[in-house]
Amino acid sequence: MESILPLAYIIVFPGFLFLAVYGLLLQWVDRKLCAVMQNRMGPPWFQPYADFIKLLAKEVIVPDYAESRMFRALPFFAMAAVMTALVSIPVWTPGALFSFQGDLIAVIYLLTIPTVTFFLAGWSSTSPYSTVGSMRVLTQLFAYEVPLMLALIGPAILAGSWSVSEISAFFAAHPSLIPAQLLGFGAALIALQGKLERLPFDIPHAKNEIVGGQFTEYSGRLLDFFLLAVDMELVVGAALVNAVFLGGTLGLAGLAGVGVFLVKTLFITFLLALLKVLMARIRIEQMINFCWKYLAPVAMAQVAFDIFLKSKLG
Amino acid sequence: MSKITIPLGPQHPALKEPENFMLVLEGEQISGATVNLGYNHRGMEKAAEERTYIQDLYLIERVCGICSHSHTTCYITNVEELAKAETPKRALAIRALFGELERVHSHLLWLGVAGYEMGFETLFMYTWRDREQVLDCLELLSGNRVHYSINTLGGVRRDITAEQKAEVLKRIQYLKERTNYYIKLATEEPTVLARTQNVGKLPLDVAIERGAVGPTARASGLARDVRKDEPYLIYNELDFKVITHDSCDVFGRLVVRALELVESYKMIEQILNNLPEGPIAVKVPMRIAPGEAVNHYEAPRGEDIHYLKSNGTDKPERLKVRAPTLANLQSVAYMLEGGWLADVPLVIAAIDPCMSCTDRAAVWDPKKGKTQVYGWEELRKMSIEQYRRRGVDFTRL
Repeated sequence: MESILPLAYIIVFPGFLFLAVYGLLLQWVDRKLCAVMQNRMGPPWFQPYADFIKLLAKEVIVPDYAESRMFRALPFFAMAAVMTALVSIPVWTPGALFSFQGDLIAVIYLLTIPTVTFFLAGWSSTSPYSTVGSMRVLTQLFAYEVPLMLALIGPAILAGSWSVSEISAFFAAHPSLIPAQLLGFGAALIALQGKLERLPFDIPHAKNEIVGGQFTEYSGRLLDFFLLAVDMELVVGAALVNAVFLGGTLGLAGLAGVGVFLVKTLFITFLLALLKVLMARIRIEQMINFCWKYLAPVAMAQVAFDIFLKSKLG
Repeated sequence: MSKITIPLGPQHPALKEPENFMLVLEGEQISGATVNLGYNHRGMEKAAEERTYIQDLYLIERVCGICSHSHTTCYITNVEELAKAETPKRALAIRALFGELERVHSHLLWLGVAGYEMGFETLFMYTWRDREQVLDCLELLSGNRVHYSINTLGGVRRDITAEQKAEVLKRIQYLKERTNYYIKLATEEPTVLARTQNVGKLPLDVAIERGAVGPTARASGLARDVRKDEPYLIYNELDFKVITHDSCDVFGRLVVRALELVESYKMIEQILNNLPEGPIAVKVPMRIAPGEAVNHYEAPRGEDIHYLKSNGTDKPERLKVRAPTLANLQSVAYMLEGGWLADVPLVIAAIDPCMSCTDRAAVWDPKKGKTQVYGWEELRKMSIEQYRRRGVDFTRL
């Protein structure tokens, strides 16, 4: 029994199955929220699942000039990295499955891997649209990655730990400190929006400009798994922001913990959907300007404030 | 950085109709752009010669899905001029009313397309929802939403009742409020400003040199509007302003179109409140004496020119259409160069292109890299050969 349990964690909950099902659900929630805000009907709840199954059945076409082996392997790398990151983030218990000192850094690194696979995917497809798209993926990575890291460092300093579980436990024990992280929370959400390549930062695959961007040449189940990886990244990103800024499950475990987790990730999805409908897509150079001129200083201010707070609290 | 050439079209999500732009990119910036047309040729001018004047009305209406009333009105003005028909005043007023309703529908549609091209889908959804109001007005008055078929030789086909007038005025009132909201949004929302200001610059002298028309020219500070310069229908009796803007960029084109909407609402109310009494149509003979006529009309996209030659029969000898997009396309290549790749869809959309109005048969050979224009004889020969290869013989036709 003991040897089966970790396997169940990885495959069923909170691993692959949960991530896939919940990721697609969040995709629906996001689409439905946007639709309601834009005065539309929106898709029925099963639309993302139906799309997923339909794409699985479609033919996979690999371009002649593409590096075939890499082209086929990349979607699975993206998905695996996202799933691995969740192992160190608390989901339904106060602590994560495998938690160690410094796992915050490991999670940030693991969440960078999908972005790198997007770049490689576009680059190895060799078509003009994918090439431009993959260049934009990398340029964008340099814009949002630093503000995201800076924003996540603030709470870590305050909690005095590099472990996601310990940070979340710290905030669960001191809920009065959560509102003090508002600036960092906002910066992290905006950077997360950039990481997930959603409007107004969907520049790498802006359809009016470069068709499908880095995914232009992808089709069938390879595209399907890339899209699934993006949906999973939304769950993992929301879970990370929840754990670092909002105190995770607030000390609850079991079903109550799952409930708190679902409510908070849905709330974060709502905020991300709000960002999506409020703005027009910006240009890549405007995004870099924005991230370095405004977002990074805001995150820095939060770090400075947290250091000050820490010295006051002792 | 090495240069790459990106094809934008003929099949591309940013384009609603087939056309092709070859963009030479240096990183994200464009160092060269060429425009290639000819994917949407339908041979309408030739087809018009095979039909009677009244049948042509239905053909000309289908030149374009959005400025359908503009094309028929321009065509019918030519026919009535050649037939020396005295069109009743009430018919002219109803034509002007449809022209303005069409402008409202076209500009609202454009606002949505612009929102979509800059990745602002909420604006797209909102404007297209409100556009339904003006489409409902058109349906109420004519029975049709897109091809109104209101024009007929010598007048219009349907009269306007008091109930219809009240309903249209009510909807226009709603649209007025919404338009004020869009004007506020377009001039205050930071991401819209970031995407439109200083994008697709077209200075006044270049606009004149390249013959820009319509809102594209007016946004470069050129007060050119056929409704004011050479009033047709009843425009000389209406009180309206020619909207211009001197920013010469996409932002200016956005503002010009939004403010023109307000002017159009004003005109619609004026026309409806002062509809002249009288008949709505007169009889026009089937056969029209030989002669030539040229007329222009301010379509939503700019100046539309029709040339008509009659030969004494019931069919025209020659019809020539110069759609506004053809005049504005010359400016697009200028506007694209030196800009960002991300702005290309918006810059193209900013002239409100309508390729189905514009296209002529020009063939671009990618192997030789040159463009060749085919005449009627060559096209006929080519199509006969193509069908012969499939086993059908059209030689005797």
